[in-house]
Amino acid sequence: MANVANKSPLQQFEIKPLKEFFIGDVDVSFTNSSLMMVLTVVAISVFLIAGMRRQSTVPGRWQSITELSYVFIANLVKDTVGPSGRPYFPFIFTIFMFVLFGNMLGMMPYSYTFTSQIIVTFVLALVVFLGVTIIAIVKHKWHFLTFFMPPGVSLMIAPLMVPIEIISYLSRPISLSMRLFANMLAGHTLLKVFASFVFALGVAGVAPWLFIVALTGLEFVIAFLQAFVFAILTCLYLNDALHLH
Amino acid sequence: MISKQNKDPIDALDARLKDARRLHQDPTRNVSEKEDKKGGALSLAFRVGVELVSAVAVGFGIGWLIDDQFDTKPWFMLVFLLLGGAAGILNVFRMARGFGYAVGYDETKNGQTIKKDINKDTNTDNK
Repeated sequence: MANVANKSPLQQFEIKPLKEFFIGDVDVSFTNSSLMMVLTVVAISVFLIAGMRRQSTVPGRWQSITELSYVFIANLVKDTVGPSGRPYFPFIFTIFMFVLFGNMLGMMPYSYTFTSQIIVTFVLALVVFLGVTIIAIVKHKWHFLTFFMPPGVSLMIAPLMVPIEIISYLSRPISLSMRLFANMLAGHTLLKVFASFVFALGVAGVAPWLFIVALTGLEFVIAFLQAFVFAILTCLYLNDALHLH
Repeated sequence: MISKQNKDPIDALDARLKDARRLHQDPTRNVSEKEDKKGGALSLAFRVGVELVSAVAVGFGIGWLIDDQFDTKPWFMLVFLLLGGAAGILNVFRMARGFGYAVGYDETKNGQTIKKDINKDTNTDNK
């Protein structure tokens, strides 16, 4: 009992190597985080492939969930990017499903939330950021540079405006990754902190226990919402890149 | 009698189908509306904080790197810290004006004007 209360609420985020590998001096061990990522990919594959195995006109429960998730992202891309965003649908769908399943699997007891590691979300955001930037450069060539010079700005304040715009542009991957990471980290820490209150307070622990029940529900909402926000922001960045103002 | 009995459930099914279609017409809209009502204020506040902080962090980073290269500590860092703050405010301003997520430069990024954008897109896409 006391043992549980004494554990740090941050201990759940600890990375433990399950199988150690080294390439030269670089540690490429297979960790609990990697295991969860593999499980996420497997779960998504099973969910989608098995869901669409029997393609009936009147879908069953599983098939309709699969179709709903497809339509959900397809509409998101259509609404925010337009028809020219269709080639990028597979990428956005992949990102959304990966983050969503990662968040959801992390909600299971004894599992590990890899989206609560800044490096994971940052690399995801960096892929989005670099991809979108390359698309913009390929599509608009030198015209891309007008990205940092909004139309209608006088040349007088351009020396001030351009650095600000560049910083604003560069802050995208940071804010994109920070949002997901901070939400997951804060949520799971909060759950652990209140869970330790349950044991520490004895009979009165019913109150934090009830709070945890509500909080868990909220966490599921956040897990979905953050995956959705990640996808919608990717779409908006893509929209910016495809339709330069 | 039989035909009437047969017709009624079919009519009922028709009505139910119509309802379902109306509901499913735009799942994204439904969710974003729901989301706006639910944790709208809290998540908005959180987003404002993240946007603000990340821009300042990027400004700080750029300034620090330049200082490191040219040995001009701490001047570029100070300048870029201020610029980063300005960029953060700009981010937040855009976010607030664009109703949430927009990062674009004018108001034509959200709502009605998006539709216009899409139409324009279909016309120009083929050329």
